[in-house]
Amino acid sequence: MSINIPVSDATQSNEIYSLRVNGQVRQVKDAWIGESLLYVLRERLGLPGAKGACEQGECGSCTVIVDDKAVCSCLVMAADAVETEILTVEGLGPDGALTDVQSAFLSEGGVQCGFCTPGFIVAVHHLLENNPQPTDDEIREALSGNICRCTGYGRILEAVKTVADQRRKSS
Amino acid sequence: MSSTVAATGTRHGTLGTSASRPDGVAKVQGGFAFSSDMWADNMLWGATLRSPHPYARIISIDVSGAYAIDGVTTVITASDVPGKLTYGLIVQDQPVFAAIGDTVRYSGEPIAAVAADHPETCQRALAAIKVTYEVLTPVTNPEDCISGIAEQIHPDGNIFRHQRIISGDTSIVGAIQVEGTYEIGMQDQAFLGLESALAVPDSGGVGLEMYVATQWLHEDRKQIADCLNIPEENIRLVLGGVGGAFGAREDISLQVHTALLAMKSGRPVRISYGREESFYGHVHRHPAKIWMKHHADTNGKIVKIEARMVFDGGAYCSTSPAVLVNGITHTQGPYKCDNAIVDGWAIRTNNPPCGAMRGFGVVQACFAHESQMEKLAAAVGISPVDIRLLNAMETGDRMITGQIMDSVAPVAQCIRETDAIPMPPPMSSTADLRTIPGGTGLTAQPSNIKRGVGWGVSIKNLMYSEGFDDYSTARCRISDGVVSIKFATSEVGQGFTMLAQQIARTVLGVDDVFLDTIDTQVGSAGSTSASRQTWMSGGAVQAACRAALEQLFDHIATKNSMNRSELEIDRTDIVDRLTGQRVAVLAAIQGVDIDCTEEYHHPATEDMDENGQGNCHVAYAFVAHRAVVDVDPELGLVKVVQIATAQDVGRVLNPLSAMGQVEGGIAQGLGLAVMEEIIVKDGKVSNPSFTDYLLPTFLDAPVVEMVFIEEHEPKSPLGAKGIGEPPCISVTPAIANAIRQAIGKELPRVPIRPYDICL
Repeated sequence: MSINIPVSDATQSNEIYSLRVNGQVRQVKDAWIGESLLYVLRERLGLPGAKGACEQGECGSCTVIVDDKAVCSCLVMAADAVETEILTVEGLGPDGALTDVQSAFLSEGGVQCGFCTPGFIVAVHHLLENNPQPTDDEIREALSGNICRCTGYGRILEAVKTVADQRRKSS
Repeated sequence: MSSTVAATGTRHGTLGTSASRPDGVAKVQGGFAFSSDMWADNMLWGATLRSPHPYARIISIDVSGAYAIDGVTTVITASDVPGKLTYGLIVQDQPVFAAIGDTVRYSGEPIAAVAADHPETCQRALAAIKVTYEVLTPVTNPEDCISGIAEQIHPDGNIFRHQRIISGDTSIVGAIQVEGTYEIGMQDQAFLGLESALAVPDSGGVGLEMYVATQWLHEDRKQIADCLNIPEENIRLVLGGVGGAFGAREDISLQVHTALLAMKSGRPVRISYGREESFYGHVHRHPAKIWMKHHADTNGKIVKIEARMVFDGGAYCSTSPAVLVNGITHTQGPYKCDNAIVDGWAIRTNNPPCGAMRGFGVVQACFAHESQMEKLAAAVGISPVDIRLLNAMETGDRMITGQIMDSVAPVAQCIRETDAIPMPPPMSSTADLRTIPGGTGLTAQPSNIKRGVGWGVSIKNLMYSEGFDDYSTARCRISDGVVSIKFATSEVGQGFTMLAQQIARTVLGVDDVFLDTIDTQVGSAGSTSASRQTWMSGGAVQAACRAALEQLFDHIATKNSMNRSELEIDRTDIVDRLTGQRVAVLAAIQGVDIDCTEEYHHPATEDMDENGQGNCHVAYAFVAHRAVVDVDPELGLVKVVQIATAQDVGRVLNPLSAMGQVEGGIAQGLGLAVMEEIIVKDGKVSNPSFTDYLLPTFLDAPVVEMVFIEEHEPKSPLGAKGIGEPPCISVTPAIANAIRQAIGKELPRVPIRPYDICL
């Protein structure tokens, strides 16, 4: 899926740049140079998993991984993200399979409206890669940049602990 | 976590089990289509021009500058509205666009909308539209409207509703009296998924298809059709994925604007609000000022309540009259009371419009009555638990509206079960800094921190009130061996789609249930609000499935020579009780074609008379909350340590889902208690962003210990009560009472701000 709506001169650029997203090189053309990484992922590259909910880096709904760092893609200019490795929620599970984090969000009830979920899933993967056995307080702090308005975070906490337990037992 | 749930041995996916969400996999993989993810070929972007002034007369609007910008295709103003010029849920008093010569009545009121090839082009177009205003002095104090000294700011006047309740012997005077004046700030629903809609016009220009995140498709369609002046059947509304609602999607926001732009441009148009616009685009929780005086005998038994409530509804009516009635009819809380004098006002001002938010008027009333109960306990000299047990309402009690409480009413049990939940350990001197007030900012010294415990208990009406028949419709089809269910019920995250499958699996004995598109191609489901969809749409889905099952039984009894009157579903089989003969449902539904549509209506209610008497509500649910907080009294910092709660749910239909509703509601109630407020000065919002409007984060969320009280509600089709609203209602005063207990201040206003505590 990609959207190529003709745009007017004022918001059109002749610059073509490439982003490396989920292991694939994707060309961005006819874009306005002021577009955020979030906008380009969603509206130009057909990757709507990252969500926009505050445009200020406050809510974490747009979390993606750029060069191994979890960032708010609403605060990154897309044209600034060339020559980086970008990983979005769509790139986590191979070939449509669920990751352990995605499975745990479902089995533990961490999903309601689901709008914050992709950002949380990316942030939890990042947390557990950097701190495989976090305490409850470490989980709460690491995810305090991701706002959820539906769950009150209780079932999300259970989901993260479930994955950490599973990974400990299987390692 | 302790809960009394789910019989063992129940087939997974049926009622009582934590069934899987049908939308779950798509949501965790990022593929679920929210309304803001919708697009169409040749689509334009839309945006709205809004007034910066809370009250001003529009002298002129010049849109030529917008048309001069390359990429702008369409600009619309009030003169482009072909039908009704206003919309609104109860009274259609809100202009689609403010017109030249008329006034804007709140800061953020729409004046024009544009469609262009790019969101940035839209912003440039909005900046190029020239509007000249005669700026007027806004009316911002509701009391000025009650006294009549304020200018009338709308042809309908400045009073949305004035309603009193006079009950019993109003001359009674209690030996003990406590009183207070309480204030509740303006809270925002702050759903994560911002307002968004995609409108696709028909090729012939006679109608359109629209994907929108809403709570009530059919009501939206009616209002859109009126404004567009086209028949409702020419509009197909489809539910776009909804990223939370909490009341904020009950009113029209961008629906009419998007539809108008699509019809005029002849192209698909999507409008997606940003966060700032969202603060201006939807209604909020009413700020309120409530005076209450409780009269009690020397033992603490309530003998009379006097109250005056003023709800600031802002510029347009929305649901203000209904919010007011919810507030005043819940004055007594979950307590026995024969005598009352209550005076309630819902007022129009030039402040932001207010309407539905989770709890709908009861949040405000509850903050007042639960603050009063704490004062009454202190005046009588008994504990907060004992004062509430002494007065606890029971089934059969007469309420101040004259209505007899005929719901299951386990108020005392809610209090006792909450009280039995173990308290958290005291704060350790080596506590992790993340768990103390102020967190790792190292601002609070553990030795300065004081712990407090507070209580809140509440009652909440379920479904719509005052004679409104908010029915719901569902359709069950069995065709080619497939069971499918269709309804127009808005799935906003609460999990109704999952519940509908659970109901169908339980009634029909099948495992696979196909869910048809949620749209207006079936009858109305009413709104996803008022804790009503499990009861109402759950009732409709159950009725449709039962009707289909009857036809299936007719068919299979004839075909297999079974005893028709003896057939029942046993797990996934149809069984003849007389002979023991069995047929697998999966086999029985092959080759049949059954199509049943059913409506569910709740028992009728009545309007109130001038003295507030009448059977105006359908049913009630109850909950108790106990809050434990740590407070730094010098810095004004609060950490909510634990919330214990026992909730009257009737029956747990999905344990995981029920827990999620409880924990989520508690977080929102915590927000109102200590951090969330839309700050309005002279009619202007000063914090329309997530940087400045603070929401509870993972670190702010308390540990929640919950118990579900499962006494099946006989009036409810599934035995279950709505559970969405109660969790967020009495947790707010419970936290306030805990802070009061910790530091010994009255704190009559929520949210409680640092300077309320430390100055």
